[in-house]
Amino acid sequence: MNKLISLICGIIFGIGLVISEMINPEKVLGFLNIFRDWDPSLAFVMIGALVISTPVFHLFKNKDKPLFSSNFSIPTNKEIDKKLIVGSIFFGAGWGLIGLCPGPAITSLALLNISSGIFVASMFVGFYIAIKIK
Amino acid sequence: MNIVNFTPLSALTGGLLIGLSVALFFILNGRMIGISGIASNLLTSNDKKIENFLFLIGLITGPLIYNLFSDKEINISISNSLILLIIAGTMVGFGTRLGNGCTSGHGISGISRFSLRSIIATLTFMIVGIITVFISGIL
Repeated sequence: MNKLISLICGIIFGIGLVISEMINPEKVLGFLNIFRDWDPSLAFVMIGALVISTPVFHLFKNKDKPLFSSNFSIPTNKEIDKKLIVGSIFFGAGWGLIGLCPGPAITSLALLNISSGIFVASMFVGFYIAIKIK
Repeated sequence: MNIVNFTPLSALTGGLLIGLSVALFFILNGRMIGISGIASNLLTSNDKKIENFLFLIGLITGPLIYNLFSDKEINISISNSLILLIIAGTMVGFGTRLGNGCTSGHGISGISRFSLRSIIATLTFMIVGIITVFISGIL
């Protein structure tokens, strides 16, 4: 059942990225282009998502267990350390260069675009390097 | 600053779907979605590998299902510079794994939990992204 839920949640998330046009790097770069021609759409995507995820999280986090799993797995790390900051700086710079973050990058593979393929393959190389040095 | 290409309604609608996905995954499977984590955990040993893989397959299936119900074409405009794609892709992969999250993991799931760590991460990658776009515009 967990596997089916996972697939369905992936599909809903992917459709959300298509409808919001966040699958389009140009749209994301438009959001980051705050000092020139600004496209505020990405902020509305985040508001839309948070309006649902925030109350649901706080309503269910103290329940005994999720419906189809034995326990909730919630990140416990509270430390604001160098890895968090350095990692976020690298991510932000890479994000700003092309306009793709992991979700839209993987989702855009559906369009069989060669650039997305190169980006995703490089992203996995990046994951691998970070796993190795950590 | 000029406001251009602003599409609040489709942005909000897509955002609600993303929020629904995060909410369902939490209520049903007990996990908070973070796509960089889900993807990069395919390279480590853990017991959620198939679950994670299927989530990514779902992501890729999303646009295909959208195409079945909509005659609106999915248009994306992406750089075709090989070197830039490789550098940016590697930085995104390295940075999100090192910092334990991306736009979904920190920006949505983490902020939903009111995690200070995620709020700081989100502000950091957004500010750095804005600076990067600003500098690329000058070059």
